[in-house]
Amino acid sequence: MATQATPAGGLRRLPAWPRRYLLAAVVAAWVLIWVFVQGRDTLQLGGAELTPLHVSVNEASEVIDNSRNENPFFLYFVNYIRLFLDESVTFVQALISQPSFGRPLPVVGWLGVVAVATAVALLWGNLRVALLTAIGFASFGLLGLWEESMDTLALTLAAVALSLLIGIPIGVWAGVNDRFDRLVTPLLDFMQTMPTFVYLAPLTLFFLIGPASATVATVIYAVPPAIRITAHGIREVRPATLEASTSLGATAWQSLRKVRLPLAKRTIVVGVNQTIMAALCMVTIAALIDAPGLGKTVVKALETLDVGSAFNAGLAIVVMAIVLDRVTSAAGRRVEDRHRAGRSRGPGRRRAEIGAVLAVTGVLVYLSHVYVWAAEFPSEANLGRHVRQGVDAATLWAQDNLAVYTGAFRNAVSYGLLNPFEALLTGSPWWLVGAVLVAFAAILANVRIVLVTAVCVALLVALGLWQDSMVTLASTLVATVLVMVLGVVLGVWMGRSDRVDQLVRPVLDAGQTMPPFVYLVPILGLFGATRITAIIAAVVYAAPVAVKLTADGIRGVAPSAVEAATAAGSSTWQLITKVQLPMARSALTLAASQGLIYVLAMVVVGGLVGAGALGYDVVAGFSQLQLRGKGLAAGVAIVVLGIMLERITRTAARRADAETHGAH
Amino acid sequence: MTVSRIGRPRAVALLVAAGLLVSACGGAKVGESGSGAAPAASGADGKKDCGAVNIAINPWVGYEATAAVIAHVAEKDLGCSVTKKDLKEEVAWQGFATGEVDAIVENWAHDDLKKKYIDDQKVAVSAGSTGNKGVIGWYVPPWMAEKYPDITDWKNLNKYADLFKTSESGDKGQLLDGDPSFVTNDAALVKNLKLDYKVVYAGSEAALITGFRQAEKQKTPMLGYFYEPQWFLSEVKLVKIKLPEYTEGCDADAEKVACDYPLYDLDKIVSKKFADSGSPAYDLVKNFTWTNEDQNLVAKYISEDKMTAEEAAEKWVGDNPDKVKAWLPTS
Repeated sequence: MATQATPAGGLRRLPAWPRRYLLAAVVAAWVLIWVFVQGRDTLQLGGAELTPLHVSVNEASEVIDNSRNENPFFLYFVNYIRLFLDESVTFVQALISQPSFGRPLPVVGWLGVVAVATAVALLWGNLRVALLTAIGFASFGLLGLWEESMDTLALTLAAVALSLLIGIPIGVWAGVNDRFDRLVTPLLDFMQTMPTFVYLAPLTLFFLIGPASATVATVIYAVPPAIRITAHGIREVRPATLEASTSLGATAWQSLRKVRLPLAKRTIVVGVNQTIMAALCMVTIAALIDAPGLGKTVVKALETLDVGSAFNAGLAIVVMAIVLDRVTSAAGRRVEDRHRAGRSRGPGRRRAEIGAVLAVTGVLVYLSHVYVWAAEFPSEANLGRHVRQGVDAATLWAQDNLAVYTGAFRNAVSYGLLNPFEALLTGSPWWLVGAVLVAFAAILANVRIVLVTAVCVALLVALGLWQDSMVTLASTLVATVLVMVLGVVLGVWMGRSDRVDQLVRPVLDAGQTMPPFVYLVPILGLFGATRITAIIAAVVYAAPVAVKLTADGIRGVAPSAVEAATAAGSSTWQLITKVQLPMARSALTLAASQGLIYVLAMVVVGGLVGAGALGYDVVAGFSQLQLRGKGLAAGVAIVVLGIMLERITRTAARRADAETHGAH
Repeated sequence: MTVSRIGRPRAVALLVAAGLLVSACGGAKVGESGSGAAPAASGADGKKDCGAVNIAINPWVGYEATAAVIAHVAEKDLGCSVTKKDLKEEVAWQGFATGEVDAIVENWAHDDLKKKYIDDQKVAVSAGSTGNKGVIGWYVPPWMAEKYPDITDWKNLNKYADLFKTSESGDKGQLLDGDPSFVTNDAALVKNLKLDYKVVYAGSEAALITGFRQAEKQKTPMLGYFYEPQWFLSEVKLVKIKLPEYTEGCDADAEKVACDYPLYDLDKIVSKKFADSGSPAYDLVKNFTWTNEDQNLVAKYISEDKMTAEEAAEKWVGDNPDKVKAWLPTS
């Protein structure tokens, strides 16, 4: 973290405790002023109203639309990229999912695909993940979704390959060059928080309807983690190691290739892993522009509110995510082990092993190419129906029996927490909220962040969506608080017990990759089309990250500190509250800041289930031509909110980190 | 994993041998007759060549019903090879410009898109009505209409506003608006009719349907924006609220609207290229017309009887040969 030397600025660093009182004082002052100036300068804008900015954005996008056919950029550049992408995806589809080369079935049948995947897991990972892979891939067939799963796999693999091809070199560059890093970081923030709906329709103008557009949409969302984590890995290589290599006369290129890259390999594998997860998040959205695969099944099922079928397909996506995650993680660990242990195992045995695995795989692939039983998944072994029926029954039961309680819960949270908070944010004049945000930045972060915050506030006003932004901000913050409550409770529990970790982790993965609408339909039945439904969706998606980061932090607390506290006779409760949580403070702040970004990623989904405000603006912009400009502005507003909140929390985290370390 | 490693190569050899044995025993081979998915027969009995047709599929069941029936007839009777593309409306219209969509077979007004692609860019043309009439309006669940018979007149809505209060609408009644794809005048309507209601944006059809379904089941009040033809109405027969009657031009100024929505004539839009191609599939799309009951039936096959769109279309076409015959191009 030495790279981003925070300008020491004019702000004096305050010790931890008065800061809390300062924040409280700001909030108190805010409420007090609000009482008097309530309802003034709130910059309201109705659902169908537009500002001149929105109209001119509309016009600008028309101009681009219309010049498409004459513009050489499209004719000679974009078209070739599109052709290349379409061909690559179609090729992978021909191999594993679609009838091809004059055959009624793909080149490699189910048995062959299962065999290849298992072999990959075995050779790069270990026996355990190989087993998991075999079961996971077989389950696609058992759920009755073999072809759809293979389409999704084809698209995901193409998008991931492309993301890595672009992401790793850029990441390396950002890792060695700080200036370039500062240049790309805001761009990456933009790519990660800009709602896909905003650019989905224009994308099909450039790349046409089909796999190419779907791939590009996926890459836009999946490439940032690849770049970020690679850069992080390269930067993390200890300066001492680098100095040693430089003093031995290595050129910059040599020390990059021989020292930095090998040492960063493990981190880069983590990047691969995150890229895959991000790519799988896009499956359902891409289905709206005719991307083949499981996403279509989900979208189709939801047209008739067929939760069972949607869940079935969602389950296949989750299984795919878990398998790919575990295999890449195992590969990463293997790289690390080998790095630590050197090459201990005899190369002879390894070679024999590889040979054997390849031979078996080869035979199975051949069988699946030639024989129908190995090519087409037997339809008798279809358990999907049972999954569907089970889920339907459970949904019905919950909606019939729990609605009374969930209604009470909804009203309690809405009236007790959300409505007052929202009234405070939307009822305050814009300048008051702006001043409060700037004050928060000043107390928690530093001068640079104060400037960033001021610019962000000005942007929100300029975008003409101030009030909608405040409604969204209120829900976002409430959701983040819930995320952190869950994050701390589950995170501590997982961090203290490996068994719990093993049990809970797949559930967390499911929360991150299950397409939201699958669980949103039952939740809509329970909570209605309300902001609470949107908040729950956000919590389901964002809590896993916060939980995982917190658990990591708890596990990272030095064992000696824990032992010392136990020896001194602390109870478990004392141990958690006095030792483990305080020492994991920087992890907790990181969890909060990541949780917040993930909550913001769900703003648009929230707009689909009753949250209104920015999320709805984006969705409406995607659906109605005259609202396109407003939708784009709303998308930018979400990004601006994200950047502002992320910068404040991240800088606060870094400060907390520095203080914890400084205290020792 | 270390224990089993020594024996593995031998075990593997066994497996390979076993595998080869199985392959020697056989089983049906891919590509031989009777091997499941046979390639679709195209260009049946030498009729006029139809070629490829790209039909956009917008994401709602009624649309899918219409598209499936047209696709079925085009494939079986005209020997076309039909590609269905799942697209949101705006993206589908864009497809006319990029040449990737030939037909949209159920269009709800979308005057802005018509202006852009039919009048300005001249890449699309209208192919006439589908025969379906689209109704948009405010609805309440049937139990409410039964218990409060006068609720279906807008003039009485203020009397019942208290019933419709929710956590989202504060001290006013809630009017749940729906899918962002549809133009709504509801905010203006509420204001101009001086109703004590607040428009809350549900944001999706799924949210609206779930809302109405629960409202009927749990007997909770709900007032929301909805439309027909829609498959859900065969499950719960929602009751429409009477708003001040629509007259020509009463909705001209979006800010001052104080009347009901017009009856929409749902139509078909095709690309200029497709219309000029002389393909028999174009004639089929142009001639196609059926009633709301027809569409509701096919939609019911899909949504309630859980048939695939293809199965549903096949069943309906089998049951209605006369209607289908009228659509076929006269050669």
